[in-house]
Amino acid sequence: MSDRVFGLFGLLLAIGFAFASLAIEESFLSDAVGPKAFPLIIATILGLSSIGIALKPDASPSWPDLGRFVEIMAAVVVMVLYAELLPVIGFVFSTAFAATYLTWRLGSGAVASVVTGVGTSLGIYVVFHLLLGLSLARGPLGF
Amino acid sequence: MDTLISLADGFAIALTWQNLLLALLGCFLGTIMGALPGLGPSNGVAILIPLAFTLGLGATPSLILLTSVYYGAMYGGRISSILLNIPGDEPAMMTCLDGHPMAKNGMAGQALSLSGIASFVGAFFATWGLIFLAPQLVKIALLFGPAEYFALFALAFMTLGGVSSTNQAKSAFAAALGLGLAMIGVDTQTGVPRFTFGEVHLYDGLDFLVAIVGLFALSEVFIFLEHRHGDANGSADKIQVGRLTPPLSMLKQTTPTMIRSTALGFVAGVLPGAGASLGSFISYAFEKRLVDSEGKTFGKGDPRGVAAPEAGNNAAAGGALVPMLALGVPGSGTTAVLLAVLLSLNITPGPLLFSQNPDVVWGLIAALFIANIMLLAMNIPMIGLFTRVLMVPPRILMPIVAMVSFVGIYGISGSSFDLLVMIGFGVMGWVLRKLDVPLVPIILGTLLGNSMENNLRRAISIDNGDWMTLIDSPLSITLWLIAIIGFILPLIIGRKVKTKMHSSRDEEGAISD
Repeated sequence: MSDRVFGLFGLLLAIGFAFASLAIEESFLSDAVGPKAFPLIIATILGLSSIGIALKPDASPSWPDLGRFVEIMAAVVVMVLYAELLPVIGFVFSTAFAATYLTWRLGSGAVASVVTGVGTSLGIYVVFHLLLGLSLARGPLGF
Repeated sequence: MDTLISLADGFAIALTWQNLLLALLGCFLGTIMGALPGLGPSNGVAILIPLAFTLGLGATPSLILLTSVYYGAMYGGRISSILLNIPGDEPAMMTCLDGHPMAKNGMAGQALSLSGIASFVGAFFATWGLIFLAPQLVKIALLFGPAEYFALFALAFMTLGGVSSTNQAKSAFAAALGLGLAMIGVDTQTGVPRFTFGEVHLYDGLDFLVAIVGLFALSEVFIFLEHRHGDANGSADKIQVGRLTPPLSMLKQTTPTMIRSTALGFVAGVLPGAGASLGSFISYAFEKRLVDSEGKTFGKGDPRGVAAPEAGNNAAAGGALVPMLALGVPGSGTTAVLLAVLLSLNITPGPLLFSQNPDVVWGLIAALFIANIMLLAMNIPMIGLFTRVLMVPPRILMPIVAMVSFVGIYGISGSSFDLLVMIGFGVMGWVLRKLDVPLVPIILGTLLGNSMENNLRRAISIDNGDWMTLIDSPLSITLWLIAIIGFILPLIIGRKVKTKMHSSRDEEGAISD
């Protein structure tokens, strides 16, 4: 079942890709092939393979139940927040926050998570910034 | 003779303090990454690539660091196979079959050191194979024109699913998806933007490093979150490591096995679409049929069953470097990631690499020898240390992996946009792995897409717009034929091989070696 949905989705993707290829503006200075041909070939392969997947589906994978699914979505939200907050509040705070969250969700206790999170953040800061000189995001406090 | 002189020059390049230190660091990190279940060679190399750049390492030092990680991970995979019966990475799957029974019989130390020696033999001779085979392949590759290159790329994609692929439609889908992603950005030949939807960040195209780290490393974090098998390990202490040196009689018994497996593994590595997992599988299966056709000792802790897959997978790892360096077309997941390194360093692998950047090639090869010796030296006495690393639970490890991935990508561009794209790839990688869609063709597509298109357009432009030019030389016809056979063959025998490979244990994830 999963594969049928996936194949259908792939087919829609291929059609969208083909339309987007046709919408590419041609430059007046074009070579013999032009910028559209190769994307159209790709769209064809994408479409054919999607049809293949939909017609001959494999056994469905075991999808996680709703709880686990929410878990992953929550992790994605935390990561997006992390990416957005990084330039605002600086590397050390945002990393400590994100690492604490992930450690907690992977099964550590509350105190252990905070310790691991802060430790991860400071550890990366010391190794990559202080020792190796990598430039990390700076917050208002300079780290 | 020229080869040996070049190799000597290579050693001169590799034997600086900085490079030796990088090789040592790479071997150490690689062994750890290989040993930890969930972090394979592709993940390990992928996480470290951005770091190698942001540290401002040159081409040769970066490559030395990352190939040491690659070789190290191939060594490390066996540790958790033997001690925990959990393969550290996919190529180490076969090592579980006899390695873990040996450990249960109280011979864990001997299994570890024997497999270390077998890994060394495999990798050492495969590196010699690389030295002699790659220049020969370069001679052929110099005859290639754009049409042949286009056919070669097609061959790489069509065979990448490999003989172990069960669903060629999914491999093809993955390749097309990767190629499609590569099309995003300004067209290099006419300057028109494609698939950018007006987003300025996309004009440069997607950075393939972002895609690689997202697909490989972040998706792994999501897999762990899904299962939260947080405390699955930590049982390494239950098994006594015991004596650390194999008796001479055992070495004598396994020597022919190692030699045979090395040869088989190397061939499996060179062939497109095979890679180290298949190398170890073929070596084990062949050895079993040859010396234990009745199934008396194999699977119950036969030392030959440990030596064969380890020699095989390390030889395949060396063999897989041949097409990557000589043709610029990788045959396995990790070599695809190594190709990303080369491309990001503005080095185009392929036949010209050997004439234009001989220092890179031979420095790299010399570094492989050095890394090998370091790994052997490191893996036997320090095995206790690595077994202790295995006890770090994923709930601590995975956040570190995620954070280091973010740091690396942010270090390259300093933009949050790239981080968001990386998260997107992470989610996509998770879904695709659930659906058993291989990730390697996607990576290869994003890496090679532009150069594949350029070769196509060049070939046709040279011939004034005649598309038949793609199949008008014997060389390109041969390449197309191999590609088609390589695509169709798995449809016939693929299911059989795959079931055999996975019969011992059910693996989640579509990352191969």
